Amino acid sequence: MSATSSVRRKSIPWWLSAPALVLFTALLLVPLVLTAVLSFNAFDPATGVKASEYTLGHYTHVFADSYYHAIFWRTFWIAAVVTLICVLIGAPEAYILSRMRNPWRSILLLVVLAPLLVSVVVRAFGWSMLLGPEGLVNGTLGLVGIGPVKILYTETAVIVALVHVMLPFMVIPVWTSLQKLDPGVENAALSLKASPFTTLRRIVLPQVLPGILSGSLIVFGLAASSFAIPGLLGGRRLKMVATVVYDEYLHELNWPLGAAIALTLLVANLIVMLSYNRLV
Amino acid sequence: MSFLQLTDVTKFYGSTCAVQAMNLSVEKGEFVSLLGPSGCGKTTTLQMVAGFEAVSSGRIALDGRDITHAKANTRGLGIVFQTYALFPHMTVADNVSFGLEMRKMPKAERRERVAQALGLVHLEQHATRYPRELSGGQRQRVALARALVIEPPVLLLDEPLSNLDAKLREEMQFELRQIQRKVGTTTVMVTHDQSEAMSISDRVVVMEAGRATQIDHPLQVYEHPRTRFISTFVGKANLLPGKVTTASSTHTQVAVGALVVDVEGAQFRPGAAVLLSVRPEKLQLVPATQGRLVGEIAERFFLGSQWMYRVHTSAGELMVLAPNDGRPALVEGERTGVDWPGHCMRLLPADDAAPAMLDAEVAA
Repeated sequence: MSATSSVRRKSIPWWLSAPALVLFTALLLVPLVLTAVLSFNAFDPATGVKASEYTLGHYTHVFADSYYHAIFWRTFWIAAVVTLICVLIGAPEAYILSRMRNPWRSILLLVVLAPLLVSVVVRAFGWSMLLGPEGLVNGTLGLVGIGPVKILYTETAVIVALVHVMLPFMVIPVWTSLQKLDPGVENAALSLKASPFTTLRRIVLPQVLPGILSGSLIVFGLAASSFAIPGLLGGRRLKMVATVVYDEYLHELNWPLGAAIALTLLVANLIVMLSYNRLV
Repeated sequence: MSFLQLTDVTKFYGSTCAVQAMNLSVEKGEFVSLLGPSGCGKTTTLQMVAGFEAVSSGRIALDGRDITHAKANTRGLGIVFQTYALFPHMTVADNVSFGLEMRKMPKAERRERVAQALGLVHLEQHATRYPRELSGGQRQRVALARALVIEPPVLLLDEPLSNLDAKLREEMQFELRQIQRKVGTTTVMVTHDQSEAMSISDRVVVMEAGRATQIDHPLQVYEHPRTRFISTFVGKANLLPGKVTTASSTHTQVAVGALVVDVEGAQFRPGAAVLLSVRPEKLQLVPATQGRLVGEIAERFFLGSQWMYRVHTSAGELMVLAPNDGRPALVEGERTGVDWPGHCMRLLPADDAAPAMLDAEVAA
């Protein structure tokens, strides 16, 4: 009796987590494995994927061709710049928000999070209207006498829009770690003759660093694999990895090459994130 | 001129008055407690002295220097916070050292002073630990060491012991007092715990609703409370409503029901409604035929070193504390006499309007 009940007790956690496990396996692991297998399948432009033939050719192609190098490099430096800007804007923003009083705090927090409620595609089109040659930004620049500047379909447009999309993902973790901060510690530092700036640097910042770290990991990961923004604001010429994958799948119909690029991005992203985590 | 001087210090939050015309002078080396229930303005007062809250009107002077509007980080006061507010990402030694570092003290001297301060609070062994690895009492000591190491002119303690369990709190009370005596730092403590305030302070400031209603030595506050509130907030009291019958220049005669007593002092006119206040431990249980009143034990509670009785008498219900001195305790329903020494009676105004505080007393 006690033996069976202890067995049952041990199995309960498994049963409870079963729905999530099934979902996770069916929707993430299985497609990932299928993609991985696909990336090793041989491809013939005339007949398509050869399911029984395996090759490393797609990977050697990606690693050897400078065309792909440039795209990977662009993707990662854009993601890094977006992350940096999000830290510089998001961390102070979260700090200022946390020092505000209600109701302003709640209202402005909602304003920060509101973009999450609007589709990325809609926001991207919004930015393309603002940044286009006839858009508001160039109109304003024209008023001050600066001739039309090409912003749309450049890295700048992609970065600006990505920062806008990613900012909530930086603000939320920093905000969370600020909530855990004992409000007394700032006063304690002030009472020990620290200036407000020293207090911020020596007392507040080290305590919210975990929040900034996790925020930048989220932002970097999402920015490096972003598709809609570079697709709509980078145009046809300015490619990032996710848009290249899309092209391989839907225009070239070379699914194995697309899968190989996608997996390379996944692994590269993992390496960057893990080493960043180790570094800080 | 005293060392720390608060003159008519007032704090408004919008239209609500948190602290009203607070006057207090603290002498050098003195240990003063601000005592009162929550919301009485004691913490606000401390925050104004610390510089974390702006003063609405009035003046705060430290050692002759006006600090009313000085920034918190220029006052140089040592503060122990209720939550301790230790820096969680720094070791104990770094926490204590932070204030010295801000004063640009050379590293070698800093190390020496930190070791000294940690020695003072018996934490030499824990210098390299982080606050999260310490117990509540140890964190408390770190906070104290951090505040004292900068040798502040005034040490401010904001409910420093309220987060400790009862036994530890008692130990820390005496240790706090010992350390304060040893280093001789002028100290202002905020507390809602009357026994804490009494046991370690030189003087107690009792606050109610934003006003200081009595500033006195602990014994004086206990034995001569100025208001009904103080008599019940600081210790327990039996309050019997009565009427003044005659008043001479030194004595007042009061009738409480059939009981007529003669009380020292003459602050009331004949006919005034008063409360006769006697502390429970001043009452003695005597044989039923003797004493001022006769009554019946309604309930008894065993408190360890003492018995507490509720006694029904003709003058009303009385609480009596009797030492558990080995004699058999009285049982419920037993008849008993109740007596008390004449000099232990106090008279308080029945309507609890605190008599205006005399200036001489404020400056004391």
